Amino acid sequence: MFQFDRQKICLSIGALLLVLLPLLASLAGEPYLVSLFSRILIYALAAASLDLILGYGGLVSLGHAAFFGIGAYVVGILSFHDFEESALIAWPFLIPGSDSALVAWPAAIFIAALLAVFVGALSLRTSGMHFIMITLAFAQMLYFFFVALEGYGGDDGLSLFSRNTLPALDLGDDTQFYYVCLTLLFAFLYLSARLVKSPFGMVIRGCRENEKRMQSLGFPTFRYKLLCFVIAGAAAGLAGALNANQVEYVSPGLMHWTRSGIILIMVILGGSGTLYGPVLGAAAFLLLEEVLSIYTEHWMLYFGPALILVVLFARHGLYGVLVGKEKRHG
Amino acid sequence: MLLVIEQLLNGLQLGVTLFLMSAGLTLIFGIMRVINLAHGSFYMIGAYVAATVAARSGSFLLGLLVALPAAALVGMLVEIVVLRRLYKKDHVDQVLATFGLIMFFNELTRVVWGRQPLFMDVPSWLSGSVELIPGIPYPSYRIAVIGVGLLVAVFLYLMFTRTRIGMQIRAGASNRSMAGALGINIKLLYTLVFGLGTMLAGLAGVMAGPILAVEAGMGESILILTFVVIVIGGIGSVRGAFIGALLVGMIDTLGRAFLPAFFRLFLATAHADGVAASVASMSIYILMAIILVWRPKGLLPAHT
Repeated sequence: MFQFDRQKICLSIGALLLVLLPLLASLAGEPYLVSLFSRILIYALAAASLDLILGYGGLVSLGHAAFFGIGAYVVGILSFHDFEESALIAWPFLIPGSDSALVAWPAAIFIAALLAVFVGALSLRTSGMHFIMITLAFAQMLYFFFVALEGYGGDDGLSLFSRNTLPALDLGDDTQFYYVCLTLLFAFLYLSARLVKSPFGMVIRGCRENEKRMQSLGFPTFRYKLLCFVIAGAAAGLAGALNANQVEYVSPGLMHWTRSGIILIMVILGGSGTLYGPVLGAAAFLLLEEVLSIYTEHWMLYFGPALILVVLFARHGLYGVLVGKEKRHG
Repeated sequence: MLLVIEQLLNGLQLGVTLFLMSAGLTLIFGIMRVINLAHGSFYMIGAYVAATVAARSGSFLLGLLVALPAAALVGMLVEIVVLRRLYKKDHVDQVLATFGLIMFFNELTRVVWGRQPLFMDVPSWLSGSVELIPGIPYPSYRIAVIGVGLLVAVFLYLMFTRTRIGMQIRAGASNRSMAGALGINIKLLYTLVFGLGTMLAGLAGVMAGPILAVEAGMGESILILTFVVIVIGGIGSVRGAFIGALLVGMIDTLGRAFLPAFFRLFLATAHADGVAASVASMSIYILMAIILVWRPKGLLPAHT
């Protein structure tokens, strides 16, 4: 019972801190923190979506940045056509560009989900080591596709003219943008928490433990895993769309496989299969990067071995440390 | 016709380079069951060491002779210090720890050699060109690369089928504990196989040195191609790696060379080049997707 309380207390404090952050930042006279934490929230969303398939489904995807990147590109390309006042697609029916978040973000989610259907359908035919390499290879394929796509900046990427527009809100304002990110992250975490406890989530977790048994019980496990993969991809697409808005720039580098690796690190650092752990992991990673790079340009020289040590000796993640017992199967 | 033969040879050269990378990596995957993302780092180490030694001594061969044991030694050291502890862990742990190794090695090369890429000269005795087929000159260095790659392929084939150590490696791959019970020192064997793999990666790096720029992170671009080769060939199969490497090398090279002309047949030139560049850069991944649908375990899966 105590453990349960401790988890609730930690979550409440964390949520409260995030809600009050803009206020705290302005009190501390460091408004820069708001944009840093927006970045953290965006990566937290991407990491939490990866945790859905990694922590609950047991599927190690090393290509998650592909969905992140495609979401960003959807926003970038729509905004590019809106600014140029040219058509995105002229035939068979005219689709113009758009700078409205109400159009661009759902489009980003939809396109990322579509990509996830394609990648998932092919890569879920395999498992284990094959799955890792295939998701990685598909993400690289997309990376090279956008590098070669001269029409949208190719290697140099694409600058957005401005952030997307929302009725009644000004996304150009960092504080308002922060709260939009926070709302979306909370919404996703709430939905995921419902999802993993639902019968659907139980089947996914069953597949992680013993897929053959789930099949013997009559579950079409491939379809379940594919749907889970698509949900995760769609959420990463939304994170990508937010990221494009935050930095007002998209480039193929967003889907480079090292970014997939970094999202994976965030999940493991925070604790996989814990839902809230990845948020913590994203915060820890980005803050650590921020702090270490003040002291040394070569921070990766220390981060790499530290990562190896974490893997070898402290596998439960930060969330496990905070909450006490490992909530992995909780 | 001239261009076709030249591009075929270029494809073969990329193919054998990929084979050197993937032969070692597929052994590591297949035998130790460990996913090693850091294999590209040994390629980079091989290239850097060779470039440095060759620049100081003026001898490419000396660079090669120092780089090979260097890559093997660093590889064995990494196996003993890190990889050995990962064999029994989840794939996620292996991915993360080897990702940490990549970060470390990339940054280390930046600290030691700086951010500027190094350039390696083709040795003077290989700087000319040869007419393999009358009327078609082809750089001798690239022919040497192809020759070395094919020699390594023959060497590996003989080692696996004709020697005791090859037999032991195969035994260790198919049943680790049984082979151990029969008196094979599995730990030592794993370290040696790892060293062999990293030495081949180092060799690939040395040979790519004069063709590409030697820079931090150079290992990663070839690593992904190597993964594609291994997925196509089947994890753990050296033969599969050979076939996969040649397929990937050929399709990548030929796609880049001839797709623009192909698309120009029915598209405007400017548009065609863009489409061709996109399709060419994706071609090997499309090949991988097709092979996966057809044979999820690769063309020549290992027996286990």
